[in-house]
Parts: sequence; C-alpha cells; structure tokens
Amino acid sequence: MAGQSEGAKPMKLPKFDYACPATIEQAVALLAGADGTARPISGGQSLMPMLAFRLLQPSLLVDLRHVPGLATITINNDGVHLGAKVRWCDIETSAALKVAHPILTAAVRYIAHHQIRTRGTIGGSIAHADPAAEMPCVAVLCDAEIEIVGSAGKRKIPATSFFKGPLMTALQPDELITGIRFLAWPAGRRWAFEEFARRRGDFALAGIGVFFDVRDDKATNVHIAAFGVGDTPLRLANAEAALNNRPLTDAVIKGCCQAAREAVDPRDNTHGSSAYRRGLVDYLLGESLRRLTVNSSKACANAH
Amino acid sequence: MRTDVELNGKIFSFEVEPRTTLADCLRYNAKLTGTHVSCAHGFCGACTVIVDGQPVRSCLMLAVQANQSSVLTIEGISNDDDLTPLQKSFRKCHAVQCGFCSPGILMSAHALLTSEPDADEDRVREVVSGHLCRCTGYIPIVQAILEARPAYKKQRSELP
Repeated sequence: MAGQSEGAKPMKLPKFDYACPATIEQAVALLAGADGTARPISGGQSLMPMLAFRLLQPSLLVDLRHVPGLATITINNDGVHLGAKVRWCDIETSAALKVAHPILTAAVRYIAHHQIRTRGTIGGSIAHADPAAEMPCVAVLCDAEIEIVGSAGKRKIPATSFFKGPLMTALQPDELITGIRFLAWPAGRRWAFEEFARRRGDFALAGIGVFFDVRDDKATNVHIAAFGVGDTPLRLANAEAALNNRPLTDAVIKGCCQAAREAVDPRDNTHGSSAYRRGLVDYLLGESLRRLTVNSSKACANAH
Repeated sequence: MRTDVELNGKIFSFEVEPRTTLADCLRYNAKLTGTHVSCAHGFCGACTVIVDGQPVRSCLMLAVQANQSSVLTIEGISNDDDLTPLQKSFRKCHAVQCGFCSPGILMSAHALLTSEPDADEDRVREVVSGHLCRCTGYIPIVQAILEARPAYKKQRSELP
C-alpha cells in the first residue's frame, strides 16, 4: 500500500534536506558543502529536541546510519575505544566494558531513559555538549581523547579542551566525531559517579565523578570532575590537589569537598539555588569519598 | 522522500518530508492513531514504538531514519478482536485510566518482556520510568507488567 503526502499536518520541526551517505568521506563532503548550516545526525536524541524547539534550523541533516565502522567497542591493553555511533544500550549491556572501564557503565545508567538509551550515541552526546550531560563529564574526568575527521583530515582533541561552553565545542562545521578513546583502567582503581536529579532521567542539578589509585594507603592520580554546575563539565584541580598523595582521612575528605564547593559557581534556577547546587557537589563528593575509604575492592564496586 | 517500512508485518512505502517524525508518519500517513503524541520532544514516552526490536520514542526519530526498518506499533501487537495477555493484564490490574500513555507503556513493556521475560520489579520500574502517567500512580502498571511475565515465558518456550 502506498501512503500519500497529506496537505495539512502538524509540522513541529523546521524544514531541512536529508542525506544518508554511505561513507565518512561523503558525510564530511556534505557537511563541508553546506557552508556551516548542515548537522550530522545519528540517534538524534539530543538533536531532535533541539529541532522541535527550533533552537536549531539546519539546512541539511547528514544521517550517519549507513556510515560503516563507527559503532565498535574495542577493548585492549591501551584502554577502551568507543566508536561515535556506540549507543548507550551497547555500553550498558557490554559485560566486558563493565570490567574494563566500570565508570562508563555506571554513568550511562544515569542517562535519560531506557527508550532513549536505545538510540542515543556517545558521539552525539559529546558533540551536543550539554553542561548537565553525563558522558562529557566522564570524558573530561578520564582525560579521554576525542577523535575527529573533517575536510582537512583527522585530528584528536583532549576532552579537557574540547568543551567551550553550553552546547559549544571545538568542532568545526565540517567536522564529525568518529570515536572516543579512554586510557586503560587499572583493576584496583577506586571510583564513584553520582548525580542528583529530581526524577530518574531528568537533567542533573549537580553531579560528580571521581577516581584515584591507592598507593601506600594514599590516594594518588586523583581525578575529580563535576557537571551540571557550570557551562561545561569541570575538572576540579584544587579538590584533586587537596586529596592527592594524602590518606583518606575525614579531615582530608572535608578539605577536598570544601575545595570542590569553592570551585563551582552554578546558576540559580527553578529547581535549585546556586548555594543548594554547590552544596550538592560537596555532599555527593563527600559521600562518595567516604564510601571509597573502605579498604576493599568489593565495597568499591558496590559504589553503584 | 520515499520511506519503505515494514510496519506491523506489512511492507509500506510512504512519501514524507524529511522533517516528518516517525510519530507523525504513523498517525498521518499510515493512519495508525494508536501511537499517541503528547510532548513531542522526548520527555513523556507516550509515542514509544518498537523499531527493529527496540523501544524508541517515535517523536525523536525522523520517518526517513526508519527507512528499511521494521516498526511495531500498538496496532501490531493486538490479536484482531482479542486482547493480548499483556493487555488483559493491564485491564485486570486496572493499569489503564485515561489511556493516553497506555500504548507507549504497552510497547515498552512488550519489548522488555519479549527480550527479558524474567525481568524483576526493579527492571520493570526502570523501564516504566521512561513514561509519564498522570492517572494511575504507576503501581498498577508495574503490577500488570509483572503479571504478564508467565505469558511471555510460555511464548518463548514454545519458540522453535
């Protein structure tokens, strides 16, 4: 049966053209040919709401669904490589990834809902750069590397310099994210990823990620990041310094949380005041660190 | 733009603008109005359908992105004039009040129990958390899904 185009229909989205290239080269050429007005789309779980609200009115959407080789999870001694089209549900259901990089799995469980995680992709979330999104924070926390291809060829950008502001990144209009590379995750590493939202799946009012390696009863290689409390995910250097090379005593944890609280300056919004959200960073980090003082890897795994 | 979809087991060919969402294509082109649209930006879950075996928000997917895909809607899980065990369970547990959110929840539940017929209450709650219902308070919905599990287990055990 042939469906017919109807006359009067609700049209929520702005008008755009659509292309479905078969190769990454074609995709880049289509983006480059549109003079900055084209957007790539894959899962579309952030882009479609942007279109529905008409915050974006692209001339062309370049669908990556037929571009091969971007949906692979690779785990080896160097670490983890996630193709840009790896979906949240792929990460959630990968038993190997849960062992190789457990904080990725833990963070994904906070992302939106089951019915969105079936389509949303890691590349899309990184490119969208919502300040309250989980995966940009994980990338910044873990010093991940963003792999990009554009008309001028390939390049890599550290996640720590990729996010420029709310929904703003270092990506050029003719560039695409092809993958994200995470360094290897040592087995004994202690970590936590926590956020607070009013309901499951809502944007976080504040969230934190933390990891460190224990050497001689001291926390070393401390990484701490916060999200939902600034224009981009934030690495909290002063909080890291307050914990690095120190034992996890109550006083040290308190100092670390104090440094974290002072490092963030969230805006007031309808769901919480700036002071409340700053307090959340302090609370989530403090609770996480106190849990991580328990000297057993099992307790650590049970952080989630 | 031509979009070919296997919809509820039959092949359809739709002519749609690229900006047409899958939800609007189902309702206006295929005339299948069982898929409800409420917020139209991915928040409420009312428009959930099953695409290639996975529950998705049909308002967050372009119809052209479903080209060559298999789509299952609420019309496709009903048995002609009879209700499916899942639907019967919803009726028995009084998990439907105004009914606006029901098709989306039924599709999520159908996808869940098809792949995980042993899903426990936590898992069911996690999946249902992707849907807004302003009538029931969710408890009867969770109960109805849990009570439909034996039917899906039986179905699965009868597969060749």
